[in-house]
Amino acid sequence: MSPAIQIAGLSRSFGDVVAVDGIDLSVEPGELFSLLGPNGAGKTTTIKMLCCLLRPTSGTATIMGHDIREDPLAVKRMIAVSPQETAIAEFLNARENLSLMAGLHGIDKVRTRERSDELLEIVGLTDRADERVKKYSGGMKRRLSIAMALVSEPQVLFLDEPTIGLDPQSRRGMWEHIAGLKGDTTIVLTTHYLEEADALADRIAVIDEGTVIALGTPGELKAGLSEAAVTVVEVEHMTDEALACLREIYPVLRTIEGGVEIEADDVSVYAIGDCLRPFGIEIQSAYKRKATLDDVFLELTGKELRE
Amino acid sequence: MRYAELAKRNFKEVWRDPLSLALTIGLPVLMLVVLQALGGADEFFEATSLAPGIALFGFVMLMFSAAMTISRDRESALFSRLLTTPLRSSDFVAGYSVPYLPVAGIQAAVIFGIGVLFGLEVAGSILLVMLVLLLVAILFIALGMIIGALFTFKQVPFAYMVILLLAIFGGAWVDIEAIGGVFKTVGDLFPFAHALAAARDVMLDGAGLGDIAGDLYWVLGYTVVIVGLAVLAFRHRMLE
Ligand SMILES: Nc1ncnc2c1ncn2[C@@H]1O[C@H](COP(=O)(O)OP(=O)(O)OP(=O)(O)O)[C@@H](O)[C@H]1O
Ligand SMILES: [Mg+2]
Repeated sequence: MSPAIQIAGLSRSFGDVVAVDGIDLSVEPGELFSLLGPNGAGKTTTIKMLCCLLRPTSGTATIMGHDIREDPLAVKRMIAVSPQETAIAEFLNARENLSLMAGLHGIDKVRTRERSDELLEIVGLTDRADERVKKYSGGMKRRLSIAMALVSEPQVLFLDEPTIGLDPQSRRGMWEHIAGLKGDTTIVLTTHYLEEADALADRIAVIDEGTVIALGTPGELKAGLSEAAVTVVEVEHMTDEALACLREIYPVLRTIEGGVEIEADDVSVYAIGDCLRPFGIEIQSAYKRKATLDDVFLELTGKELRE
Repeated sequence: MRYAELAKRNFKEVWRDPLSLALTIGLPVLMLVVLQALGGADEFFEATSLAPGIALFGFVMLMFSAAMTISRDRESALFSRLLTTPLRSSDFVAGYSVPYLPVAGIQAAVIFGIGVLFGLEVAGSILLVMLVLLLVAILFIALGMIIGALFTFKQVPFAYMVILLLAIFGGAWVDIEAIGGVFKTVGDLFPFAHALAAARDVMLDGAGLGDIAGDLYWVLGYTVVIVGLAVLAFRHRMLE
């Protein structure tokens, strides 16, 4: 089967800033593909190019065989987007917002009605469906904005940080729904929530500074980690000097509440103790835990996903 | 007919925003009534001769309001979202223009209605008057599309001022026939004086289609060109 999305050498600069720097990727039909990366990595810019909102500086991509440069209209017939920013018509009510998107994609009235009812239920807006969305809370607007991408039942769906700003319960609900679309709909999802990518994605591309630095299933990415383990060292209170000393020995580490986490093949508690002792810091406990995608990320980029 | 969906949304947006409606319908009406009350005695201020000029002023307001709507929309995430749907630039122009046509109709009806109350008698064919007004309305709405597509929300009032000045000195309300000279030569190159002349000739003097054809061609030509430019302006905005 030919890929649903084929990206070749896709790049985009804004003046001197190279936002996306030669991305090559291929996404299979029905796959849920996640773009993972810190702020400013180029995720949104990539999605905007794929949706024909931004012109690539070089390279191109095809969506269901249609070139984004040659035939944007054909691409737009295949896709729907939930933008990172909430995008709703403030003067309309929720139902009208959904009908607008369905109508623009040529969905008939009956199907629009069915699909709207279903989505309003999923995003918990059934009771408020006939109220002007101007009066909604931020989270309610956010939920409607996502539903507006789902109403047209596109072949290819772009979700740019769909669950940002949602409470945990709404996020769970959204995850369930997105997971249910897998297989039928090709989905590209960007996220800062590693558990989101971990739970939903078939494959993940880790993006940093506009390039893909790792690609694989969540399992593959975690397995690729050195020894796939992280040492957690708990102390009473850490000082900057002690931290600097630790960083000399173990460059990949992060501070956590009440201690540090170290990623390295070989961690010696004695070496750590030697670093901490001069500052009067005692190790309260030290143990190993399984690697998460957070760790993969830290090792790959030296950055935390969330600040 | 995807533009119809967009038009529907914009129509609701227009009608649920009482301020912009009050602005576009109320202001010209207020102007007509005030001028009428102020200069009741003076023949120049009579509603009979004022109405066509005020109707034109109403369309300029409409242009402003359309331009503001679009430039404001363009800054919203919703507009980017609309750009990811299979709408062509011509759909955008149609989808944003069409909702203003009924507003233009109501405007003209109210203005001429008040004119009739004050003793205005339409000498020529009502149908012809409507045709002329429709053309002029489209012209100004399309101008609003171009301004809205090219300028930011903050710049729109300046662009509006430029068009307003052009319209004034181009003969929409100043009698360039009477001033003559360069004013007339330059003014005749713009559609405003022709639009007013066509409307007034039919309304006040009972002119027929043949009599106003010359003026009508100017207006028609400008309307076609401006609509075309509006489509190009939107296309320019579709891919950054
Ligand atoms: N319209 C623009 N003009 C100038 N620079 C831009 C523009 N859009 C994005 N950039 C720059 O491109 C880079 C990538 O931005 P992008 O929005 O794609 O990142 P992102 O991965 O989506 O980040 P986030 O997680 O914060 O959403 C950033 O350095 C950003 O400043
Ligand atoms: Mg982003």
